[in-house]
Amino acid sequence: MSTRAANRDGEAGGDRPGSGTPLLEVRDLVVYHGQLRALDGISLQVFPGEVYAIIGANGAGKSTLLRTIAGLHHPTTGSVAFDGQDVTRLRPERRATQGIVMVPEGRRLFGSLSVEENLKVGAAYARPGPWTIEQVYEMFGWMRERRGQPTAQLSGGEQQAVAIGRALVANPRMLLLDELSLGLAPVVVQRIYGMLPQILATGLTVLLVEQDVSQALRVASHIQCLLEGRTTLEGRPADVTVDQVEAAYFGLADAVSASPPGEGSEP
Amino acid sequence: MAWVNAIIQGVLVGGLYALFACGLSLMFGVMKVVNLAHGDLAVVAGYIAIGVIAVTHIPVLWSIVIVVPLMAVLGYVLQRTLLQGALDRSILTTLLVTFGLSVVIENGLLQFFTANSRGIGAGLALESDSFSLGSQIQIGYLPLLIFVVAVVVLLGLQYFLSRSRYGRLIRAVADDKEAAQLAGADYRHVFGVAAAIAFATVALGGIAYGMTSQLDPTAGTDTILLFAFAAVVIGGLGSLWGTLLGGVILGVAQQIGAQINISDELLAGFLVFLVVLAVRPQGLISRGAPS
Repeated sequence: MSTRAANRDGEAGGDRPGSGTPLLEVRDLVVYHGQLRALDGISLQVFPGEVYAIIGANGAGKSTLLRTIAGLHHPTTGSVAFDGQDVTRLRPERRATQGIVMVPEGRRLFGSLSVEENLKVGAAYARPGPWTIEQVYEMFGWMRERRGQPTAQLSGGEQQAVAIGRALVANPRMLLLDELSLGLAPVVVQRIYGMLPQILATGLTVLLVEQDVSQALRVASHIQCLLEGRTTLEGRPADVTVDQVEAAYFGLADAVSASPPGEGSEP
Repeated sequence: MAWVNAIIQGVLVGGLYALFACGLSLMFGVMKVVNLAHGDLAVVAGYIAIGVIAVTHIPVLWSIVIVVPLMAVLGYVLQRTLLQGALDRSILTTLLVTFGLSVVIENGLLQFFTANSRGIGAGLALESDSFSLGSQIQIGYLPLLIFVVAVVVLLGLQYFLSRSRYGRLIRAVADDKEAAQLAGADYRHVFGVAAAIAFATVALGGIAYGMTSQLDPTAGTDTILLFAFAAVVIGGLGSLWGTLLGGVILGVAQQIGAQINISDELLAGFLVFLVVLAVRPQGLISRGAPS
Protein backbone atom coordinates (compact mmCIF):
# COMPACT_ATOMS: atom_id res chain seq x y z
CA MET A 1 0.00 0.00 0.00
CA SER A 2 0.96 3.57 -0.42
CA THR A 3 2.08 5.80 2.36
CA ARG A 4 -0.61 7.51 4.34
CA ALA A 5 -0.56 11.24 4.73
CA ALA A 6 -0.55 11.01 8.52
CA ASN A 7 2.40 8.70 8.36
CA ARG A 8 4.37 11.11 6.24
CA ASP A 9 3.39 14.14 8.21
CA GLY A 10 5.48 13.23 11.24
CA GLU A 11 8.74 12.75 9.39
CA ALA A 12 8.60 14.98 6.36
CA GLY A 13 6.29 17.70 7.64
CA GLY A 14 9.17 19.86 8.79
CA ASP A 15 10.52 20.08 5.27
CA ARG A 16 7.34 21.47 3.81
CA PRO A 17 6.61 25.16 3.55
CA GLY A 18 4.24 26.62 6.05
CA SER A 19 4.00 23.32 7.85
CA GLY A 20 1.74 23.04 10.81
CA THR A 21 -1.89 22.69 9.96
CA PRO A 22 -2.67 21.71 6.39
CA LEU A 23 -4.89 24.08 4.39
CA LEU A 24 -6.48 21.15 2.63
CA GLU A 25 -6.80 17.68 4.03
CA VAL A 26 -8.31 14.84 2.05
CA ARG A 27 -8.92 11.56 3.84
CA ASP A 28 -9.56 8.14 2.31
CA LEU A 29 -11.61 9.45 -0.56
CA VAL A 30 -13.61 6.85 -2.49
CA VAL A 31 -15.50 8.08 -5.55
CA TYR A 32 -17.48 6.00 -7.99
CA HIS A 33 -18.39 6.79 -11.57
CA GLY A 34 -21.27 4.38 -11.92
CA GLN A 35 -19.69 0.95 -11.39
CA LEU A 36 -16.15 2.23 -11.75
CA ARG A 37 -14.19 2.97 -8.61
CA ALA A 38 -12.48 6.12 -9.85
CA LEU A 39 -10.80 6.96 -6.54
CA ASP A 40 -9.91 4.22 -4.15
CA GLY A 41 -8.93 5.66 -0.80
CA ILE A 42 -6.95 8.76 -1.71
CA SER A 43 -5.51 10.89 1.07
CA LEU A 44 -3.44 14.02 0.85
CA GLN A 45 -2.46 17.10 2.80
CA VAL A 46 -1.66 20.40 1.19
CA PHE A 47 0.08 23.01 3.32
CA PRO A 48 -0.20 26.77 2.83
CA GLY A 49 2.06 28.14 0.11
CA GLU A 50 2.70 24.79 -1.53
CA VAL A 51 2.47 23.87 -5.17
CA TYR A 52 1.10 20.36 -4.89
CA ALA A 53 1.02 18.40 -8.12
CA ILE A 54 -1.04 15.30 -8.82
CA ILE A 55 0.43 13.32 -11.68
CA GLY A 56 -0.63 10.16 -13.37
CA ALA A 57 -1.68 8.63 -16.65
CA ASN A 58 -5.01 9.08 -18.36
CA GLY A 59 -7.82 7.66 -16.28
CA ALA A 60 -5.75 7.52 -13.09
CA GLY A 61 -8.37 9.58 -11.28
CA LYS A 62 -6.53 12.91 -11.16
CA SER A 63 -9.35 15.05 -12.50
CA THR A 64 -11.91 13.16 -10.45
CA LEU A 65 -9.88 13.94 -7.34
CA LEU A 66 -9.70 17.64 -8.17
CA ARG A 67 -13.40 17.81 -9.06
CA THR A 68 -14.30 16.07 -5.82
CA ILE A 69 -12.26 18.62 -3.87
CA ALA A 70 -14.09 21.38 -5.76
CA GLY A 71 -17.40 19.72 -4.89
CA LEU A 72 -18.46 18.59 -8.35
CA HIS A 73 -18.33 14.89 -7.44
CA HIS A 74 -19.64 13.35 -4.28
CA PRO A 75 -17.49 10.79 -2.50
CA THR A 76 -18.98 7.50 -1.30
CA THR A 77 -16.73 7.61 1.73
CA GLY A 78 -13.93 9.82 2.92
CA SER A 79 -13.75 13.49 3.74
CA VAL A 80 -12.43 16.80 2.49
CA ALA A 81 -11.44 19.40 5.05
CA PHE A 82 -10.47 22.94 4.20
CA ASP A 83 -8.75 25.14 6.75
CA GLY A 84 -9.79 22.74 9.49
CA GLN A 85 -13.46 22.68 8.48
CA ASP A 86 -15.18 19.69 6.96
CA VAL A 87 -16.49 20.69 3.55
CA THR A 88 -17.38 17.22 2.25
CA ARG A 89 -21.09 18.02 2.10
CA LEU A 90 -20.70 21.59 0.85
CA ARG A 91 -21.89 22.57 -2.62
CA PRO A 92 -19.27 23.75 -5.13
CA GLU A 93 -20.46 27.36 -5.01
CA ARG A 94 -20.10 27.44 -1.20
CA ARG A 95 -16.60 26.00 -1.45
CA ALA A 96 -15.73 28.67 -4.00
CA THR A 97 -16.83 31.46 -1.68
CA GLN A 98 -14.82 29.84 1.12
CA GLY A 99 -11.72 29.97 -1.06
CA ILE A 100 -11.44 26.75 -3.07
CA VAL A 101 -11.58 27.84 -6.71
CA MET A 102 -10.92 25.59 -9.67
CA VAL A 103 -9.77 26.28 -13.20
CA PRO A 104 -11.62 23.41 -14.89
CA GLU A 105 -10.22 21.12 -17.53
CA GLY A 106 -10.89 22.46 -21.01
CA ARG A 107 -11.15 26.05 -19.70
CA ARG A 108 -14.94 26.13 -19.74
CA LEU A 109 -15.24 29.85 -20.43
CA PHE A 110 -18.69 31.37 -20.82
CA GLY A 111 -18.98 31.30 -24.59
CA SER A 112 -21.51 34.05 -25.09
CA LEU A 113 -19.72 36.43 -22.74
CA SER A 114 -16.80 38.70 -23.55
CA VAL A 115 -13.39 38.38 -21.91
CA GLU A 116 -14.20 41.08 -19.38
CA GLU A 117 -17.66 39.67 -18.67
CA ASN A 118 -16.05 36.31 -17.92
CA LEU A 119 -13.78 38.02 -15.41
CA LYS A 120 -16.70 39.92 -13.91
CA VAL A 121 -18.62 36.69 -13.34
CA GLY A 122 -15.50 35.31 -11.67
CA ALA A 123 -15.44 38.35 -9.40
CA ALA A 124 -19.19 38.32 -8.67
CA TYR A 125 -18.85 36.35 -5.44
CA ALA A 126 -15.22 37.19 -4.74
CA ARG A 127 -13.69 37.09 -1.31
CA PRO A 128 -11.77 40.19 -0.32
CA GLY A 129 -8.18 39.97 -1.47
CA PRO A 130 -5.41 41.27 -3.69
CA TRP A 131 -6.78 40.12 -7.06
CA THR A 132 -8.88 42.44 -9.16
CA ILE A 133 -9.71 42.48 -12.85
CA GLU A 134 -7.18 45.31 -13.11
CA GLN A 135 -4.51 43.04 -11.56
CA VAL A 136 -5.29 40.35 -14.12
CA TYR A 137 -4.90 42.87 -16.94
CA GLU A 138 -1.56 43.84 -15.44
CA MET A 139 -0.39 40.25 -15.50
CA PHE A 140 -1.66 39.45 -19.00
CA GLY A 141 -0.92 42.63 -20.90
CA TRP A 142 -2.79 41.69 -24.09
CA MET A 143 -6.05 41.09 -22.26
CA ARG A 144 -6.99 44.71 -21.60
CA GLU A 145 -7.32 45.75 -25.21
CA ARG A 146 -9.16 42.57 -26.12
CA ARG A 147 -11.50 42.64 -23.14
CA GLY A 148 -14.58 43.27 -25.30
CA GLN A 149 -14.01 40.26 -27.55
CA PRO A 150 -15.96 37.04 -27.28
CA THR A 151 -13.73 34.34 -25.85
CA ALA A 152 -14.27 32.14 -28.90
CA GLN A 153 -11.99 34.51 -30.83
CA LEU A 154 -9.06 33.82 -28.52
CA SER A 155 -6.37 31.20 -29.00
CA GLY A 156 -6.26 28.21 -26.66
CA GLY A 157 -3.48 29.74 -24.58
CA GLU A 158 -5.31 33.05 -24.32
CA GLN A 159 -8.47 31.26 -23.27
CA GLN A 160 -6.50 29.44 -20.59
CA ALA A 161 -5.20 32.79 -19.35
CA VAL A 162 -8.76 34.13 -19.12
CA ALA A 163 -9.81 30.98 -17.25
CA ILE A 164 -6.97 31.50 -14.77
CA GLY A 165 -7.86 35.18 -14.47
CA ARG A 166 -11.50 34.30 -13.84
CA ALA A 167 -10.43 32.05 -10.97
CA LEU A 168 -7.93 34.55 -9.54
CA VAL A 169 -10.39 37.46 -9.28
CA ALA A 170 -12.43 35.31 -6.87
CA ASN A 171 -9.40 35.65 -4.55
CA PRO A 172 -9.07 31.97 -3.73
CA ARG A 173 -6.94 30.72 -0.89
CA MET A 174 -6.48 27.50 -2.77
CA LEU A 175 -6.32 27.40 -6.54
CA LEU A 176 -7.08 24.10 -8.25
CA LEU A 177 -5.63 23.82 -11.76
CA ASP A 178 -6.92 20.95 -13.87
CA GLU A 179 -4.68 20.00 -16.82
CA LEU A 180 -3.55 23.47 -17.81
CA SER A 181 -1.39 22.07 -20.59
CA LEU A 182 -4.17 20.15 -22.33
CA GLY A 183 -4.32 21.01 -26.02
CA LEU A 184 -1.73 23.78 -25.80
CA ALA A 185 1.63 24.14 -27.53
CA PRO A 186 4.60 23.47 -25.24
CA VAL A 187 5.84 27.05 -25.51
CA VAL A 188 2.43 28.33 -24.40
CA VAL A 189 2.38 25.88 -21.52
CA GLN A 190 5.82 27.16 -20.45
CA ARG A 191 4.55 30.72 -20.51
CA ILE A 192 1.49 29.93 -18.43
CA TYR A 193 3.43 27.97 -15.84
CA GLY A 194 5.89 30.86 -15.85
CA MET A 195 3.15 32.96 -14.26
CA LEU A 196 2.95 30.62 -11.27
CA PRO A 197 5.54 32.39 -9.08
CA GLN A 198 3.70 35.66 -9.56
CA ILE A 199 0.45 34.00 -8.51
CA LEU A 200 2.05 32.30 -5.51
CA ALA A 201 3.55 35.58 -4.39
CA THR A 202 0.07 36.79 -3.47
CA GLY A 203 -0.20 34.06 -0.86
CA LEU A 204 -2.12 31.38 -2.73
CA THR A 205 -1.73 27.67 -2.40
CA VAL A 206 -1.90 25.66 -5.59
CA LEU A 207 -3.07 22.11 -6.17
CA LEU A 208 -2.66 21.06 -9.76
CA VAL A 209 -3.25 18.07 -11.93
CA GLU A 210 -0.84 17.53 -14.77
CA GLN A 211 -0.32 14.79 -17.29
CA ASP A 212 3.01 16.28 -18.34
CA VAL A 213 5.23 14.83 -15.62
CA SER A 214 8.35 16.85 -16.37
CA GLN A 215 6.31 20.05 -16.20
CA ALA A 216 4.85 19.01 -12.86
CA LEU A 217 8.25 18.08 -11.43
CA ARG A 218 9.60 21.47 -12.50
CA VAL A 219 6.97 23.59 -10.74
CA ALA A 220 5.82 21.48 -7.81
CA SER A 221 7.04 21.53 -4.25
CA HIS A 222 5.32 18.22 -3.63
CA ILE A 223 4.07 15.54 -5.98
CA GLN A 224 1.67 12.64 -5.68
CA CYS A 225 1.27 10.04 -8.38
CA LEU A 226 -2.02 8.25 -8.94
CA LEU A 227 -2.64 5.00 -10.72
CA GLU A 228 -6.10 3.53 -11.12
CA GLY A 229 -7.46 5.57 -8.25
CA ARG A 230 -4.65 4.77 -5.82
CA THR A 231 -1.59 6.64 -4.68
CA THR A 232 1.57 5.00 -5.96
CA LEU A 233 4.15 7.59 -5.05
CA GLU A 234 4.48 10.83 -3.22
CA GLY A 235 7.19 13.15 -2.07
CA ARG A 236 9.22 16.19 -2.95
CA PRO A 237 10.46 16.30 -6.53
CA ALA A 238 14.06 16.44 -5.27
CA ASP A 239 13.58 13.24 -3.30
CA VAL A 240 12.19 11.05 -6.08
CA THR A 241 14.14 9.50 -8.89
CA VAL A 242 13.07 9.31 -12.49
CA ASP A 243 12.84 5.54 -12.15
CA GLN A 244 10.52 5.83 -9.19
CA VAL A 245 8.25 8.24 -11.03
CA GLU A 246 8.21 6.06 -14.11
CA ALA A 247 7.38 2.98 -12.06
CA ALA A 248 4.62 4.77 -10.16
CA TYR A 249 3.20 6.31 -13.32
CA PHE A 250 3.00 3.05 -15.24
CA GLY A 251 2.34 0.80 -12.27
CA LEU A 252 5.51 -1.26 -12.31
CA ALA A 253 5.89 -3.59 -9.36
CA ASP A 254 8.89 -1.92 -7.74
CA ALA A 255 7.27 1.48 -7.31
CA VAL A 256 8.13 2.84 -3.90
CA SER A 257 7.09 5.83 -1.92
CA ALA A 258 9.72 8.49 -1.71
CA SER A 259 8.98 9.71 1.75
CA PRO A 260 9.64 8.27 4.10
CA PRO A 261 12.21 6.38 2.05
CA GLY A 262 12.13 2.65 1.98
CA GLU A 263 8.56 2.36 3.14
CA GLY A 264 5.30 1.66 1.43
CA SER A 265 6.36 -0.45 -1.51
CA GLU A 266 3.63 -1.60 -3.82
CA PRO A 267 2.14 -5.05 -3.29
CA MET B 1 -55.66 49.96 -48.24
CA ALA B 2 -57.22 46.84 -46.80
CA TRP B 3 -53.85 45.15 -47.14
CA VAL B 4 -52.07 47.94 -45.31
CA ASN B 5 -54.66 47.62 -42.59
CA ALA B 6 -54.06 43.88 -42.39
CA ILE B 7 -50.34 44.43 -42.00
CA ILE B 8 -50.79 47.07 -39.30
CA GLN B 9 -53.20 44.92 -37.34
CA GLY B 10 -50.82 41.99 -37.80
CA VAL B 11 -47.90 43.97 -36.40
CA LEU B 12 -49.94 45.01 -33.39
CA VAL B 13 -51.13 41.51 -32.56
CA GLY B 14 -47.59 40.29 -33.19
CA GLY B 15 -46.53 42.22 -30.09
CA LEU B 16 -48.83 40.03 -28.02
CA TYR B 17 -47.38 36.90 -29.60
CA ALA B 18 -43.89 38.11 -28.80
CA LEU B 19 -45.00 38.62 -25.20
CA PHE B 20 -46.20 34.99 -25.15
CA ALA B 21 -42.97 33.84 -26.69
CA CYS B 22 -40.30 35.64 -24.67
CA GLY B 23 -40.96 33.70 -21.45
CA LEU B 24 -40.84 30.40 -23.32
CA SER B 25 -37.63 31.47 -25.03
CA LEU B 26 -36.04 32.61 -21.76
CA MET B 27 -36.80 29.36 -19.94
CA PHE B 28 -35.45 27.31 -22.79
CA GLY B 29 -32.41 29.54 -23.23
CA VAL B 30 -31.39 29.49 -19.57
CA MET B 31 -32.42 26.12 -18.15
CA LYS B 32 -33.19 24.16 -21.36
CA VAL B 33 -36.72 23.62 -20.11
CA VAL B 34 -39.40 23.46 -22.79
CA ASN B 35 -42.31 24.56 -20.67
CA LEU B 36 -45.37 22.88 -22.15
CA ALA B 37 -47.51 24.45 -19.43
CA HIS B 38 -46.48 27.93 -20.59
CA GLY B 39 -49.82 28.77 -22.20
CA ASP B 40 -51.85 27.29 -19.37
CA LEU B 41 -49.94 29.40 -16.88
CA ALA B 42 -50.83 32.49 -18.92
CA VAL B 43 -54.48 31.46 -18.70
CA VAL B 44 -54.11 30.94 -14.95
CA ALA B 45 -52.74 34.48 -14.67
CA GLY B 46 -55.76 35.72 -16.62
CA TYR B 47 -58.18 33.94 -14.30
CA ILE B 48 -56.37 35.25 -11.25
CA ALA B 49 -56.77 38.75 -12.68
CA ILE B 50 -60.51 38.14 -13.15
CA GLY B 51 -60.72 36.95 -9.55
CA VAL B 52 -58.69 39.86 -8.17
CA ILE B 53 -60.81 42.38 -10.06
CA ALA B 54 -64.05 40.72 -8.92
CA VAL B 55 -63.00 40.68 -5.28
CA THR B 56 -61.22 44.00 -4.89
CA HIS B 57 -63.02 46.05 -7.56
CA ILE B 58 -59.75 47.69 -8.54
CA PRO B 59 -59.42 49.07 -12.07
CA VAL B 60 -58.58 46.38 -14.61
CA LEU B 61 -55.05 47.51 -15.37
CA TRP B 62 -54.19 47.71 -11.66
CA SER B 63 -54.66 43.96 -11.43
CA ILE B 64 -51.29 43.73 -13.19
CA VAL B 65 -49.61 45.08 -10.07
CA ILE B 66 -50.92 42.12 -8.10
CA VAL B 67 -50.90 39.31 -10.67
CA VAL B 68 -47.44 39.87 -12.13
CA PRO B 69 -45.54 39.64 -8.81
CA LEU B 70 -47.74 36.72 -7.78
CA MET B 71 -46.87 34.80 -10.93
CA ALA B 72 -43.19 35.69 -10.53
CA VAL B 73 -43.20 34.15 -7.05
CA LEU B 74 -45.03 31.11 -8.42
CA GLY B 75 -42.38 30.85 -11.13
CA TYR B 76 -39.56 30.90 -8.62
CA VAL B 77 -41.20 28.31 -6.39
CA LEU B 78 -42.15 26.03 -9.26
CA GLN B 79 -38.62 26.19 -10.65
CA ARG B 80 -36.96 25.46 -7.31
CA THR B 81 -39.24 22.51 -6.61
CA LEU B 82 -40.96 20.70 -9.45
CA LEU B 83 -38.85 21.84 -12.41
CA GLN B 84 -35.48 21.58 -10.64
CA GLY B 85 -36.44 18.11 -9.49
CA ALA B 86 -37.18 17.17 -13.08
CA LEU B 87 -33.99 18.80 -14.35
CA ASP B 88 -31.93 16.81 -11.84
CA ARG B 89 -33.18 13.66 -13.52
CA SER B 90 -33.00 14.61 -17.18
CA ILE B 91 -34.05 17.22 -19.73
CA LEU B 92 -36.63 14.76 -21.05
CA THR B 93 -38.24 14.55 -17.63
CA THR B 94 -38.93 18.29 -17.72
CA LEU B 95 -40.96 17.73 -20.88
CA LEU B 96 -43.07 15.09 -19.14
CA VAL B 97 -43.45 17.14 -15.97
CA THR B 98 -44.52 20.33 -17.75
CA PHE B 99 -46.88 18.31 -19.94
CA GLY B 100 -48.40 16.85 -16.79
CA LEU B 101 -48.60 20.30 -15.25
CA SER B 102 -50.41 21.50 -18.36
CA VAL B 103 -53.00 18.73 -18.11
CA VAL B 104 -53.52 19.32 -14.40
CA ILE B 105 -53.95 23.08 -14.84
CA GLU B 106 -56.35 22.70 -17.75
CA ASN B 107 -58.58 20.25 -15.92
CA GLY B 108 -58.35 22.22 -12.72
CA LEU B 109 -59.56 25.32 -14.56
CA LEU B 110 -62.39 23.35 -16.17
CA GLN B 111 -63.42 22.12 -12.75
CA PHE B 112 -63.43 25.52 -11.08
CA PHE B 113 -64.36 27.90 -13.86
CA THR B 114 -66.30 25.61 -16.25
CA ALA B 115 -65.71 25.64 -19.99
CA ASN B 116 -67.43 28.99 -20.39
CA SER B 117 -65.17 31.65 -21.76
CA ARG B 118 -64.77 35.03 -20.13
CA GLY B 119 -62.95 38.22 -20.80
CA ILE B 120 -61.06 40.53 -18.51
CA GLY B 121 -62.65 43.95 -18.00
CA ALA B 122 -65.38 43.44 -20.58
CA GLY B 123 -67.21 46.65 -21.34
CA LEU B 124 -64.17 48.79 -20.65
CA ALA B 125 -63.89 51.78 -22.97
CA LEU B 126 -60.24 50.94 -23.65
CA GLU B 127 -61.32 47.68 -25.18
CA SER B 128 -63.34 49.07 -28.03
CA ASP B 129 -61.98 52.59 -28.50
CA SER B 130 -59.87 53.29 -31.52
CA PHE B 131 -58.59 56.11 -33.64
CA SER B 132 -58.60 56.39 -37.41
CA LEU B 133 -55.63 56.60 -39.71
CA GLY B 134 -56.98 57.66 -43.07
CA SER B 135 -60.39 56.42 -44.07
CA GLN B 136 -60.00 52.66 -43.78
CA ILE B 137 -57.52 52.04 -40.99
CA GLN B 138 -58.76 51.83 -37.46
CA ILE B 139 -56.21 51.36 -34.71
CA GLY B 140 -57.53 50.17 -31.39
CA TYR B 141 -56.05 51.70 -28.27
CA LEU B 142 -55.86 48.32 -26.55
CA PRO B 143 -53.88 46.49 -29.29
CA LEU B 144 -51.61 49.53 -29.51
CA LEU B 145 -51.11 49.57 -25.75
CA ILE B 146 -50.33 45.86 -25.71
CA PHE B 147 -47.86 46.25 -28.56
CA VAL B 148 -46.10 49.08 -26.74
CA VAL B 149 -46.00 47.05 -23.52
CA ALA B 150 -44.57 44.08 -25.41
CA VAL B 151 -41.83 46.16 -27.01
CA VAL B 152 -40.98 47.77 -23.67
CA VAL B 153 -40.84 44.36 -21.96
CA LEU B 154 -38.62 42.89 -24.66
CA LEU B 155 -36.35 45.95 -24.68
CA GLY B 156 -36.17 45.91 -20.91
CA LEU B 157 -35.38 42.22 -20.84
CA GLN B 158 -32.72 42.61 -23.51
CA TYR B 159 -31.13 45.47 -21.57
CA PHE B 160 -31.32 43.56 -18.29
CA LEU B 161 -29.69 40.46 -19.76
CA SER B 162 -26.94 42.24 -21.66
CA ARG B 163 -26.06 45.04 -19.26
CA SER B 164 -26.92 44.25 -15.66
CA ARG B 165 -24.83 42.24 -13.22
CA TYR B 166 -27.55 39.71 -12.68
CA GLY B 167 -28.30 39.45 -16.39
CA ARG B 168 -24.66 38.62 -16.97
CA LEU B 169 -24.86 35.92 -14.33
CA ILE B 170 -27.96 34.47 -15.97
CA ARG B 171 -26.14 34.30 -19.31
CA ALA B 172 -23.11 32.71 -17.65
CA VAL B 173 -25.27 30.05 -16.00
CA ALA B 174 -27.03 29.45 -19.34
CA ASP B 175 -23.63 28.90 -20.98
CA ASP B 176 -22.14 26.58 -18.38
CA LYS B 177 -23.77 26.10 -15.01
CA GLU B 178 -20.92 24.04 -13.61
CA ALA B 179 -18.36 26.72 -14.43
CA ALA B 180 -20.71 29.28 -12.86
CA GLN B 181 -20.82 27.17 -9.70
CA LEU B 182 -17.04 27.20 -9.60
CA ALA B 183 -17.25 30.99 -9.65
CA GLY B 184 -19.50 30.87 -6.58
CA ALA B 185 -22.90 31.17 -8.24
CA ASP B 186 -25.81 29.08 -6.96
CA TYR B 187 -27.25 28.14 -10.34
CA ARG B 188 -30.48 26.83 -8.83
CA HIS B 189 -31.24 30.26 -7.46
CA VAL B 190 -30.32 31.87 -10.79
CA PHE B 191 -32.68 29.42 -12.52
CA GLY B 192 -35.39 30.43 -10.07
CA VAL B 193 -34.90 34.11 -10.84
CA ALA B 194 -34.99 33.44 -14.59
CA ALA B 195 -38.23 31.48 -14.12
CA ALA B 196 -39.68 34.34 -12.06
CA ILE B 197 -38.94 36.76 -14.89
CA ALA B 198 -40.41 34.37 -17.45
CA PHE B 199 -43.57 33.94 -15.36
CA ALA B 200 -43.93 37.70 -14.98
CA THR B 201 -44.02 38.01 -18.79
CA VAL B 202 -46.43 35.08 -18.90
CA ALA B 203 -48.74 36.96 -16.53
CA LEU B 204 -48.67 40.05 -18.73
CA GLY B 205 -49.37 37.91 -21.78
CA GLY B 206 -52.29 36.16 -20.10
CA ILE B 207 -53.90 39.39 -18.95
CA ALA B 208 -53.40 40.99 -22.37
CA TYR B 209 -54.93 37.94 -24.02
CA GLY B 210 -57.90 38.03 -21.65
CA MET B 211 -58.48 41.65 -22.54
CA THR B 212 -58.28 41.27 -26.32
CA SER B 213 -60.20 38.02 -26.57
CA GLN B 214 -61.87 35.46 -24.36
CA LEU B 215 -60.15 33.22 -21.83
CA ASP B 216 -61.20 29.63 -21.53
CA PRO B 217 -59.44 26.68 -19.89
CA THR B 218 -58.15 25.26 -23.18
CA ALA B 219 -56.86 28.53 -24.65
CA GLY B 220 -53.47 27.90 -23.05
CA THR B 221 -52.46 24.97 -25.20
CA ASP B 222 -54.77 25.59 -28.16
CA THR B 223 -53.67 29.13 -28.79
CA ILE B 224 -51.06 30.71 -26.54
CA LEU B 225 -48.53 27.87 -26.43
CA LEU B 226 -48.80 27.24 -30.17
CA PHE B 227 -48.38 30.91 -31.08
CA ALA B 228 -45.50 31.24 -28.64
CA PHE B 229 -43.76 28.25 -30.21
CA ALA B 230 -44.33 29.58 -33.70
CA ALA B 231 -43.00 33.03 -32.80
CA VAL B 232 -39.91 31.55 -31.15
CA VAL B 233 -39.16 29.24 -34.07
CA ILE B 234 -39.69 31.93 -36.71
CA GLY B 235 -37.59 34.49 -34.86
CA GLY B 236 -34.86 32.22 -33.64
CA LEU B 237 -34.01 31.09 -30.13
CA GLY B 238 -31.83 33.16 -27.89
CA SER B 239 -32.54 36.52 -29.46
CA LEU B 240 -35.28 38.72 -28.03
CA TRP B 241 -35.27 40.83 -31.18
CA GLY B 242 -35.85 37.62 -33.08
CA THR B 243 -38.75 36.85 -30.77
CA LEU B 244 -40.35 40.22 -31.50
CA LEU B 245 -39.76 39.74 -35.22
CA GLY B 246 -41.17 36.22 -35.05
CA GLY B 247 -44.28 37.43 -33.26
CA VAL B 248 -44.80 40.22 -35.78
CA ILE B 249 -44.29 37.94 -38.79
CA LEU B 250 -46.75 35.43 -37.36
CA GLY B 251 -49.28 38.19 -36.69
CA VAL B 252 -48.91 39.72 -40.14
CA ALA B 253 -49.15 36.31 -41.85
CA GLN B 254 -52.37 35.59 -39.95
CA GLN B 255 -53.92 38.92 -40.84
CA ILE B 256 -52.96 38.63 -44.50
CA GLY B 257 -54.37 35.10 -44.52
CA ALA B 258 -57.58 36.40 -43.01
CA GLN B 259 -57.68 39.11 -45.66
CA ILE B 260 -57.56 36.47 -48.40
CA ASN B 261 -60.13 34.28 -46.71
CA ILE B 262 -61.31 34.67 -43.15
CA SER B 263 -60.91 30.95 -42.48
CA ASP B 264 -57.27 31.02 -43.61
CA GLU B 265 -56.07 33.12 -40.68
CA LEU B 266 -54.47 30.35 -38.62
CA LEU B 267 -53.41 28.35 -41.65
CA ALA B 268 -51.40 31.24 -43.08
CA GLY B 269 -49.58 31.75 -39.80
CA PHE B 270 -48.62 28.11 -39.47
CA LEU B 271 -47.58 27.90 -43.13
CA VAL B 272 -45.01 30.61 -42.50
CA PHE B 273 -43.95 28.73 -39.36
CA LEU B 274 -43.53 25.55 -41.43
CA VAL B 275 -41.58 27.29 -44.18
CA VAL B 276 -39.15 28.85 -41.69
CA LEU B 277 -38.75 25.52 -39.94
CA ALA B 278 -37.92 23.84 -43.26
CA VAL B 279 -35.73 26.53 -44.81
CA ARG B 280 -34.09 28.14 -41.79
CA PRO B 281 -34.55 25.94 -38.73
CA GLN B 282 -32.31 28.15 -36.60
CA GLY B 283 -34.78 31.01 -37.07
CA LEU B 284 -34.46 34.31 -38.87
CA ILE B 285 -32.23 35.88 -36.23
CA SER B 286 -30.06 33.44 -34.40
CA ARG B 287 -27.27 33.96 -31.97
CA GLY B 288 -23.91 32.99 -33.40
CA ALA B 289 -23.02 30.43 -30.76
CA PRO B 290 -25.26 27.39 -30.54
CA SER B 291 -26.71 27.02 -27.09
